[in-house]
Amino acid sequence: MAKLESTFKNMVLSLVIISVVAAGALAGVYILTLETINAQKAAKQQEAILAVLPTGAQISETEEVNGLTIYHATLNGIPCGAAIQTEANGFGGPQKIMVGLNPEGLIYGYEVLEHQETPGLGDKISTWFKNPDKPAQSIIAREAGKLVVSKDGGEVDAITAATISSRAFLSAINKAHAAYMNGHVDAHTGASQQVQNEDDVQSDNVQSDNVQSDENQEKEDIL
Amino acid sequence: MSNAMKTFTNGLLKENPTFVLVLGMCPTLATTTSAINGMSMGLATLFVLVCSNIVISLLKNLIPDKVRIPAFIVVIATFVTLVQLVMQAYLPAIYDVLGLFIPLIVVNCIVLGRAEAFAAKNSVGLSALDGIGMGLGFTLALTLLGAVRELLGTGACFGFHIFPDNYGALVFVLAPGAFIALAYLMVIINKLQKK
Repeated sequence: MAKLESTFKNMVLSLVIISVVAAGALAGVYILTLETINAQKAAKQQEAILAVLPTGAQISETEEVNGLTIYHATLNGIPCGAAIQTEANGFGGPQKIMVGLNPEGLIYGYEVLEHQETPGLGDKISTWFKNPDKPAQSIIAREAGKLVVSKDGGEVDAITAATISSRAFLSAINKAHAAYMNGHVDAHTGASQQVQNEDDVQSDNVQSDNVQSDENQEKEDIL
Repeated sequence: MSNAMKTFTNGLLKENPTFVLVLGMCPTLATTTSAINGMSMGLATLFVLVCSNIVISLLKNLIPDKVRIPAFIVVIATFVTLVQLVMQAYLPAIYDVLGLFIPLIVVNCIVLGRAEAFAAKNSVGLSALDGIGMGLGFTLALTLLGAVRELLGTGACFGFHIFPDNYGALVFVLAPGAFIALAYLMVIINKLQKK
């Protein structure tokens, strides 16, 4: 078969046919893989939730506070804290972290879901803060909420040469703690399922209070 | 048959895309922070290269000369997106690491270069062989570079610790280390080939 001449008709036709076939192939594969991709994401999240909670814990309910998702958990029927999905802006982009807190706000564990930190430096956030051999840098069993790197006068050793990533990481954990403590107070007001609506209103109030206090906090920080 | 053999080995050594042609430096430097990352990137490129070479070789008479580049790009981009979707679905761990770089295969000079220089002029069989040869050459180069950087930077190779982390020279995991390691590997390979 001879090569097609570069006439206008031929050029348009061949490009259109190639594009249509390509689009069809892509649409097909997209539909085929969509379910698996979503399942993978959900499985990864589920895995992270269970990894940051004590063994055997089960998720009892989920709620949204300050834009963070809180997965309340029970162990043998008794509330044992929550896994909170939180995030902060790191050095290379957003860090998404799942952190497990007990009812007093002590850290069970954490898993980094997504990050764009520098390989070899900032990407150590995945393991650095849970190294059982180095208590100065581990945040496990510490109280979340006021975690600060030692460079800023706190008690957590930051990752060598990745202070910005470390700061972002700790701020995400502190944010999770703040959100959890708000929701948590509600849970202890004895609200039952029937008065759920009322409870929602209450938590909304608490939430707006919290936004204000966050703003105050920020002002303080600037000052 | 010797022609086929020559086409196949061409990409492996004599015209190795990384060390001799010095094409596709962006993924080479960016993804070779560890041996396994380099290898995954190489294999993804290998797949795209073979598929695009075959398809372009099949279509070469149907594509008018004046629009061949856009046509090639559409074919290549389609395969890259397919790889991306499949990887995301079935190899999520590798996708997490390489996700950002997979779309860059579209603009990898090797893929378009081989389509233009080889597949558009040769038969389907030879084009497939050329794709496999070039792809394997690229994969080997990236794996080698990744292994060297991982070993010097973190003391591990394919994730196995050979000496403790603390003795690693961090610079090799970062961008400057990529240039340094690549340059030294090129020197060594040129020296070996001259003999």
